[in-house]
Amino acid sequence: MKNIKSLKTIKLLALLFISTLVSVSCSSDDDDDDHDHEEELITTVTYELTNGTDVVTLEFQDLDGEGGANGTYTISGPLTANTTYSGTIELLNETENPADNITLEVEDEGDEHEFFYTSTVSGISVSKDDMDEDGNPIGIETTLVTGDAGTGSLTIVLKHEPTKPNNGTSADAGGSTDLEVSFSISVQ
Amino acid sequence: MKQLIIGLALAISCFSYSQNCNYTFLGELKDFHDKSAIASATIFIKQKDKYIVSDLDGKFKIEDLCSGTITLTITHVGCETKTVSYKIDNDTFKTIYLEHHLEELKEVVVNSNLKTEHTSIEQAINKQVLENYTDKSLGDALNTISGVSSLNTGSTIVKPMIHGLHSSRLLIVNNNVRLFDQEWGDEHAPNIDVNSSNSITVVKGANTLKYGSDAIGGLILIKPRNYAAVDSLFGSSILSLNSNGRGGIINSEIVKTFKSGFYSRIQASYKQFGDFKAPEYYLTNSGLKNINASANIGYRSFEKGFDAYYSVVNNEFAILQSSHIGNVNDLVAAINSREPRVIEDFSYNIDYPKQNILHHLAKIEAYKRFKKLGKLSVQYDMQINRRKEFDLRRGDLADTPVIDLRLFTNSLQSNLRIDYIDNLKIDTGVLVRYQQNDAVSGTGVSPLIPDFDKYEASVYMIGNYGLNDSSDINAGIRYDYSRIEAEKRYNLTDWNETYNYDELFPEFETNTIENSNILTRPEFSFHNISANLGYSKQLKGNMSIYVNYGLATRVPNPSELFSDGLHHSAARIETGLLTLNKETAHKFAASLERNNPGFGFSISPYFKHIKDYIQLIPIGITTTIRGAFPVWEYNQTNAQIYGIDIDVNKKITNRFGYKGSLSLLKGENLSEDIPLIHMPSTNFTNSISYNNEELNDLSISLIHKTVLQQNRYPDYNFYTFDPILQEDVYVDISSTPPAYSLFSFNSSLSFKAFKKGTLKLEFNIENIFNTQYNEYLNRLRYFSDELGRNFNLKIKINY
Repeated sequence: MKNIKSLKTIKLLALLFISTLVSVSCSSDDDDDDHDHEEELITTVTYELTNGTDVVTLEFQDLDGEGGANGTYTISGPLTANTTYSGTIELLNETENPADNITLEVEDEGDEHEFFYTSTVSGISVSKDDMDEDGNPIGIETTLVTGDAGTGSLTIVLKHEPTKPNNGTSADAGGSTDLEVSFSISVQ
Repeated sequence: MKQLIIGLALAISCFSYSQNCNYTFLGELKDFHDKSAIASATIFIKQKDKYIVSDLDGKFKIEDLCSGTITLTITHVGCETKTVSYKIDNDTFKTIYLEHHLEELKEVVVNSNLKTEHTSIEQAINKQVLENYTDKSLGDALNTISGVSSLNTGSTIVKPMIHGLHSSRLLIVNNNVRLFDQEWGDEHAPNIDVNSSNSITVVKGANTLKYGSDAIGGLILIKPRNYAAVDSLFGSSILSLNSNGRGGIINSEIVKTFKSGFYSRIQASYKQFGDFKAPEYYLTNSGLKNINASANIGYRSFEKGFDAYYSVVNNEFAILQSSHIGNVNDLVAAINSREPRVIEDFSYNIDYPKQNILHHLAKIEAYKRFKKLGKLSVQYDMQINRRKEFDLRRGDLADTPVIDLRLFTNSLQSNLRIDYIDNLKIDTGVLVRYQQNDAVSGTGVSPLIPDFDKYEASVYMIGNYGLNDSSDINAGIRYDYSRIEAEKRYNLTDWNETYNYDELFPEFETNTIENSNILTRPEFSFHNISANLGYSKQLKGNMSIYVNYGLATRVPNPSELFSDGLHHSAARIETGLLTLNKETAHKFAASLERNNPGFGFSISPYFKHIKDYIQLIPIGITTTIRGAFPVWEYNQTNAQIYGIDIDVNKKITNRFGYKGSLSLLKGENLSEDIPLIHMPSTNFTNSISYNNEELNDLSISLIHKTVLQQNRYPDYNFYTFDPILQEDVYVDISSTPPAYSLFSFNSSLSFKAFKKGTLKLEFNIENIFNTQYNEYLNRLRYFSDELGRNFNLKIKINY
């Protein structure tokens, strides 16, 4: 008799369990018919270096995003040797109107992002002048110091979810790459 | 027989003392199908409490009947018991039809020898084996069959593969409903809860026409259980707990059956796992959460019946966080590093990237039998598949999926089985299907698969002819029409220059151009013919031989036609092509089988030639703001795949048994004379088991599996420039991981519990030696090792 009773209880419990799951697993879908813009896209990177009236602008632009036509590099002119520039980077999504300033999103999530600047031109050093909420550099505001004349590349990398703090190299930071552009520059 | 004697004895001892009791009832028993006489059936006369037996002509006679109602219950070996009532007010003659096809009554028996067709080359897994995989996926369960492997994304997204073919080249039929769940993606696992099914059959040969024309790889049939028409209430529950992932499943099923033939069933399961563990580290963000439920209600009798079925699968899969990478240089870093880049402590959290899939399936099926013809069934089914994929995103979009697709499928089909002729069975049917894909807006990215409508209509006829007692011949033909109408925005440069579509498909263009995108309306129609031919012969000594030929055609799927975008875990841009043609495959398969528990085997060679085989291969590199990316494009080549599957079972002593299997396969790209990508390597399994029925059905087994290194792979490696290192780096995406061997241990004990129930306890260990290994067919093999050791405890209760 006891067995039968416990059997009934088990059946009842099982039924209860099943009906709970059935009611939980139903959910509603909603939808409208607009098509999507590429909201997350970065189309344009501008790195502006200023020393008084000496302004050098490095720009990469790929308006149709990944795929399609390749992006284009525009470099306004050579950098001056043995000069200290203050640098500011700006990321835009120009498929939106007005253009969406992605730099602000990066700044808001400063602890999850970091820019890395490397150059093959000897004597160029870049230091990061801004900090996230934990006191680690972000790299939107920078100081670039040139050495003697030379030519080479300046590579800018933006990492999402890097290890922070790191030893200053993008390799050590890990994370996933949101941006990787390489400008051919010359110092005169 | 005993009952008959008692009945007769009772009948003799009875006296009839009613007034008007001299009517005679003459009866004739005939087979429903071919109207042949049924001899030696037992007829129980309720009013007289008497048993009689039909003669050689199927006739019987009841004399001295009184006016009133007479109720007869007729039973015959291999027949469904039938009860009929007649009003008697005169001498009466009646013909009563009985069903003597045993296969319609395959109630309780789990019989893996019962083939879907006589000539079919197939293998099945029964409920008992499925229960071992209660907290795993369909792909894991099927992996136990020789010739079946899987393409994995991590450890939880498991896509079955038959003879190296997967995705749209496999048909998955759940409860007679063809599954449509955006199966085209490599990282889309079928949305099936193994707990809702009773047995699974994998058809490797050509007997697949009833379900579709495009089963180039094969067919997976997931079958529910048929219930006996008795008054009963029963159920079962399983609780499974695992050390690896610190999770498990709870599953319950309750069935109510009635003598009248009605039945109802309800089942539900809840599964959760946290981060799994490779031998040396936790796989951060690799857990899952599933809620599944299914229910059906129906009525079965010999002449008519119906079944209404509904199931919902709600899966949430975390995807290894380290597999989200930004560009090729990140991929190089992952390949060169021995460990994932993110290793954190154990957690149940399902973070980004992840997949969230909700799949509803509903069907209603009804059948009726017609005398001197056969069985007509009609079925309507509906499926809604909502797939959301979340990635690591910036800002306000962090909680918005990058992929949000809803696929809605409707089918109406009928099948007529003509079986009144003894040796000949014909199945013929028609199908109409409408499918709609909705790329749900609000994702903030242009959809990977565009909005489309798809229309299909099919007609088929399959005949099975019994040449003699031991051999059968089977032939079938099928015609399919399909039309796809899509709406997609193309990048103007891609449309005009890269792919030259402006000249190839000017009719698809609309005048809408915005943000350097052109709105297009691609439309395609396809006509397909497919066919099969099969032969089977039973030989002496439980041996049989099967030979199959199949012609299968497959229309390019939406992903092959339209996909266009970045795949983060592969660090590549994947591009579909509108110029793709359909695939045509010739399949040859044979099998020599010996079905015997003492010593049995099956040796099954196969050969497939596929014309215009669609594959995804790298074609170049594009420069984006994230750096360089390889571009992978769908192209078509001629391919052939051939191999052999061998299974052996041998009883060593009464209690010890051995089982082994071996799969060998070669895939070749004939157009370029190189191997095909992602083909399973040679693998074999051995297991030794001990069973003792007297000792609580004790069962212990030790299983070994070895997967050899795949030495035949296409070399798609390339160099990419690393601007930080200022040098070209080698991207080794093709090399295959070394061979590995795994050992596992299973044990179980059964106890009697409650009145009629049983309690079964199981203890299992997977990957006993905590072996560190990688699998070629895991898309995330660059990022982490496979799973380490797992202890599993299962409690099953039948009540």
